Amino acid sequence: MLNRLLSHDLPRSRWLAAALLVILVVLALAPFLFPGAKSMSVVAKILVFILLVASYDLLLGYTGIVSFAHTMFFGIGAYGIAIASEKLGAGWGAVGLGLLAAAVVSVLLSLLIGLFSLRVKAIFFAMITLAVATAFQTLASQLSDFTGGEDGLTFRNPEWLSPSFEPFETEVLGLLIDGKALTYWLLFVTVLALFLLLLRIVNSPFGRVLQAIRENDFRAEAIGYRTVIYRTLSNVVSALFATIAGALLALWLRYVGPDTTLSFEIMLDILLIVVIGGMGTLYGAVIGAVLFVVAQNYLQDLLAVGATAVQGVPVLQAVIAPDRWLLWLGVAFVLCVYFFPSGIVGRWRAAALRAGNPRRTPRR
Amino acid sequence: MTTANVVAASAVGAAIPKASFDWKPIVLLLAVMALAVPAIGSTSSWLTLTVAGLAMGLIVFVIASGLTLIFGLMDVLNFGHGVFIALGAFVATSVMGYGAGAGWGGFFSILAAMGVAMAVAGAVGWAFERIIVRPVYGLHLKQILITMGGMIVGEEIIKVIWGPLQIALPLPDELRGAWLFGDAAVEKYRVLAAAIGLVVLAVLVYTLNRTKIGLLIRAGVQDRSMVEALGYRIRRLFVGVFVAGSALAGLGGVLWGLYQQSVTPQIGAQVNVLIFIVIIIGGLGSTFGCLVGALLVGLMANYTGFLAPKVALFSNIALMVAILLWRPQGLYPVTNR
Repeated sequence: MLNRLLSHDLPRSRWLAAALLVILVVLALAPFLFPGAKSMSVVAKILVFILLVASYDLLLGYTGIVSFAHTMFFGIGAYGIAIASEKLGAGWGAVGLGLLAAAVVSVLLSLLIGLFSLRVKAIFFAMITLAVATAFQTLASQLSDFTGGEDGLTFRNPEWLSPSFEPFETEVLGLLIDGKALTYWLLFVTVLALFLLLLRIVNSPFGRVLQAIRENDFRAEAIGYRTVIYRTLSNVVSALFATIAGALLALWLRYVGPDTTLSFEIMLDILLIVVIGGMGTLYGAVIGAVLFVVAQNYLQDLLAVGATAVQGVPVLQAVIAPDRWLLWLGVAFVLCVYFFPSGIVGRWRAAALRAGNPRRTPRR
Repeated sequence: MTTANVVAASAVGAAIPKASFDWKPIVLLLAVMALAVPAIGSTSSWLTLTVAGLAMGLIVFVIASGLTLIFGLMDVLNFGHGVFIALGAFVATSVMGYGAGAGWGGFFSILAAMGVAMAVAGAVGWAFERIIVRPVYGLHLKQILITMGGMIVGEEIIKVIWGPLQIALPLPDELRGAWLFGDAAVEKYRVLAAAIGLVVLAVLVYTLNRTKIGLLIRAGVQDRSMVEALGYRIRRLFVGVFVAGSALAGLGGVLWGLYQQSVTPQIGAQVNVLIFIVIIIGGLGSTFGCLVGALLVGLMANYTGFLAPKVALFSNIALMVAILLWRPQGLYPVTNR
């Protein structure tokens, strides 16, 4: 049963299994465990990033192509919900319509980009997605009548998901269930379902072909698979999941703006999470997202503490300032790519393999 | 195109027919310029815009030529190229600020700023190649990731040194204003920038076509392993090209900063997108294609900026899409890729 649910892609490491179990339980019970506003927003962000990063891993880790336009699809999803809710008024119809429109736009755009740039050379794809994503960001901030420009859009959710909605008269297990908590569980269930679906996709024959292309595209083509088609399909599927992740973020925040969805920093976060967690394994997205989002939210506090400690020391003071946290993330990123290319999950699995049969050298 | 010509002509003589030069992209460039005349309407505005476009194109070429050579020679795509642009521009603010305090002439302080910026960018480029790029030769995926990481770290270090805010980079008094040709106003600085761009172009053309190092570089772009088999250390050559490319990016950064008259730490990332478009249009690895692509981008940006300012933000993307529809490998594809 569990085996089928996970598409026969078991964690294959006791540590990983334990970590995933803890994360699952904590995320499921989060509204009871951390009722505070800040900690809830951290946990919700973790959920959104798990889906976003897992969908990116389908591209980077499984198909072996680098895209810098993933935040664009993320943004399309978020703006779809926001614009529909703002123009049509709050309601499930608006959410559904917004999501549908966003999905159509994403599919068309990713199909177009894929057919255009994956035809020639994978390295083209990285550069072209970078250019297109930049243009899209400019577009979103220019069309201010439609997207709210730099200020973004604030909108209202359907009644069930609005914070003032309280279905029960009394508290349940010490928590007053409100629309915010319901939104959280909506996110949780959606992310869990879509994550399992992604796991299904990467372990299907289609996913195997993608991995074959990653390992040796020439050979995959020689065997008879049209690599362009598979790469483009992978791009489209990944864009679709990113769109849904964006829609979930919009539902949670009830706000979208260029900085929260389209900015290049988010693209960077995604890259970092994939690399830290482990490329080519979806569980890496879970582990990486949890570690990263927690670190991101508390690293700045830590740097602030460090900055006060070294106040007066000329160079250190400038380097440890809380505004410079991106510097440390960048350094961490470079070091990760050098020294842990297989990420945390890869390390754990290799360790488990070594422990299992000590005479065999671990596969890379 | 040119390697085949020279080698064929000198070694084998008339036995191999000369590869014919591909004129179509040049015709396209001229056609764009010609079509802009009726679209804009007045000849004087057309002249102003064309000079501005050519100046911008030549600045972009100075920046992008290094990147395309680095890619062509070693198959390294350096996403961190933008760091050197920002570095050059920021060094220029410091040098010109110092020059203004010391009472240097405007022209001299610009030259000093360019020299220092090239030296600093070249030195940092050497370190960048050593630390960031060298361990990941031949691994495209890691190269993209790691040079991107280097870009971010570099941008943050620039913020640490010069602060995160925009810094003004005013032109010296001698270079402000414009010359008038009839009704057409041609800004002095743009002429200077175009002249510097042409000098760089001339030096590049001379080095690549008339010196032994240039011959080796072109041969390396065509077939790396053959050059190595002939006993040349292509790694060392590559380090030289990387340093020179970084120095050119620094020079381009100074020119670009003076063109915009202000510098922000994000300048590198912004120009990076532009030069990627240019080298994709030109054909990855092709120096001449890079020049044509840069001029096209510069002209299009200025024409559309005049005709339809909102559209101008996307003129580069549209241009790239159109060119790739016509020639999926870029204007001048390098044959062995």
